[in-house]
Amino acid sequence: MQLQEKDGAKTSDMYDAGFKKKMLITMMRIREFENGVAEAYLRGMTAGSMFHLSVGEEAAAVGLGFAMQQGDFFTTHHRGHGIFIARGADVKRMYAEVFGRTEGYCKGKGGSMHIADIHLGHMGANAIVGANIPISLGGGFSIKYLKQNSISVAFFGDGALNQGVLYESMNMAALWKLPVVFAVINNQYGMGTRIDRASASLRFTERAETFGVKGVEIDAMNVEETYKAAKSLFEYVRGGNGPGFILANCYRFYGHGRKDPSPYRSKEEEELWQKRDPILLYRKQLEQESILLNGEFEKLEESVREEIAKAIDYAASCSLPAPEELYTDVYSSEA
Amino acid sequence: MAIMAFRDALRTALYEEMERDERVFVIGEEVGRYGGAYAVTKGLIDKFGSMRLVDTPISEASIVGLGVGAAITGLRPVVELMYVDFIGLAMDQIANQMAKLRYMTGGQLTIPMVLRTQGGTGRSAGAQHSQSLEAMLAHIPGLRIVMPSNPADAKGLLKTAIRSDDPVVFIEHKALYSVKGEVPEGEYLIPLGKAAIPREGSDLTIITYSRMTAVCLEAAEKLAAEHGIFAEVIDIRTLNPLDMTTIAQSVKKTKRAVVVTEAHKTAGFSAELSARISELCFSDLVSSVVRVAAKDVPVPASHLEKFSIPTVEEIVQNSLALVQGR
Repeated sequence: MQLQEKDGAKTSDMYDAGFKKKMLITMMRIREFENGVAEAYLRGMTAGSMFHLSVGEEAAAVGLGFAMQQGDFFTTHHRGHGIFIARGADVKRMYAEVFGRTEGYCKGKGGSMHIADIHLGHMGANAIVGANIPISLGGGFSIKYLKQNSISVAFFGDGALNQGVLYESMNMAALWKLPVVFAVINNQYGMGTRIDRASASLRFTERAETFGVKGVEIDAMNVEETYKAAKSLFEYVRGGNGPGFILANCYRFYGHGRKDPSPYRSKEEEELWQKRDPILLYRKQLEQESILLNGEFEKLEESVREEIAKAIDYAASCSLPAPEELYTDVYSSEA
Repeated sequence: MAIMAFRDALRTALYEEMERDERVFVIGEEVGRYGGAYAVTKGLIDKFGSMRLVDTPISEASIVGLGVGAAITGLRPVVELMYVDFIGLAMDQIANQMAKLRYMTGGQLTIPMVLRTQGGTGRSAGAQHSQSLEAMLAHIPGLRIVMPSNPADAKGLLKTAIRSDDPVVFIEHKALYSVKGEVPEGEYLIPLGKAAIPREGSDLTIITYSRMTAVCLEAAEKLAAEHGIFAEVIDIRTLNPLDMTTIAQSVKKTKRAVVVTEAHKTAGFSAELSARISELCFSDLVSSVVRVAAKDVPVPASHLEKFSIPTVEEIVQNSLALVQGR
């Protein structure tokens, strides 16, 4: 084991067939979960329509999420379902939250965009673009203050790359060498604005390096490459070397919201990215490596589908919060 | 009891709480080596070091956000925002994060954080360094808001604020820092949501907070000495929680209410106080509630500043008119 721990990364993780399969299944679970949300919405089961699906971004979520450890903190942006599932979320409670039920992660008070579970290190999904970044900076500050061996990861989209708090926070993280990772799920679009229409320069890792933050850019349609790059960066950060920045390039297969038919981008562009569907790519790889046997993918698909269907049924059977719940959790005490 | 200045009472509270609890730290612009723009944290870095007296770059939004994140993950930050006028720079972190994360997560996240800041007139500092913006914060559920008027309260309320599991915005008044008063030594805690009655009276109730408390007390003295009118003065001390019980009891007794604030009149906290008094005490009031507040103009520099805020004479005249039915 000692030998395998060299370079900070567990090499056993990377080459272990079970681990690879787990990455694939988790990507499949995320996609099925997201499609389940969309379907539940059409059936009138969700509380409102403010949810944002991460289909196409599964390798980014799993590659980065699996590279984290127990005890690490993280925050996400509004499109954060996949990341939380990669960090071990209970999909039953996630659906319950999206359906506005008491059994949900936030008792039905947060909804899709505010899911949190502090026991899993999740300091909260945030619906203000970039606002979670300084909160993760604070998580990193606590880790250093309390002399712990964890890291604090802020997940956000490319839309947040031009928010001021990102640069304030990168500066402070570098200034004090805090164990903070700035993780960009670059799905190419901030709502309907493509990244090159919003940013004068696309050399984002250079921006990070300018602040003294170690920058890495990866093809996040490839889950193993993402995992390896993240693992190595996270170990650097965990080692007290200062903050890191990782630009995970992927694609949002669906529109911004479910009613967005994406008129601002071409079918050709969409098809080009869909050919590199992270789940299809990884399935092919694992079949070539004989880790997935003939017909196994279909079996996995079925079991994931069943799991998600059960979770939806569970959430639909959960209770709506009582009206008195309106007044609880505003303050810790009466005065 | 020791006689000490308002700023020294605050520093004593910080010192005692930092000694008591290692999770308490102070972060903000110039809080460490400089000792605070108004010398509140002066010398604390020598005792507690730079990990607990953290000097930051000028990045208000992320400083407050760092406090929120640190509070969620086990620390008890005292974040200093040098002037309340800078609140716009940090408003998302205050209004959308600090105030709401507990509720949005169904009570999972706790934000035991104090945002110390400073406001008000008195230094001819101009319109961007002299405001009273408490109403903007009082509008947002999830925040506790404290505005002390004297050194003893400054100590007792700050210690309570630091021990609170809720986010507290603690607004000091720049013209109070050098004001001296008796301050109890050691463990001295004032609960949030308990108004003080620094002067009792029977003819009218003057409701106020922060530095205007001293101005109102002077007006009450004048009303008694020169006009034989006895005003009861209530210092609400905390805007949230708001002690309406004490206010209503007094107004039911005196049947007249004057609300005095250094904040603008329009949509200011005086409007909230006036409306609540009317709702709770309508049948007891012999006249409508009177408001004496700052003029609805940006706070000017120069001697113009003093014309923009309530004066002793203005409070006296309004009180006389109310009592004499003019």
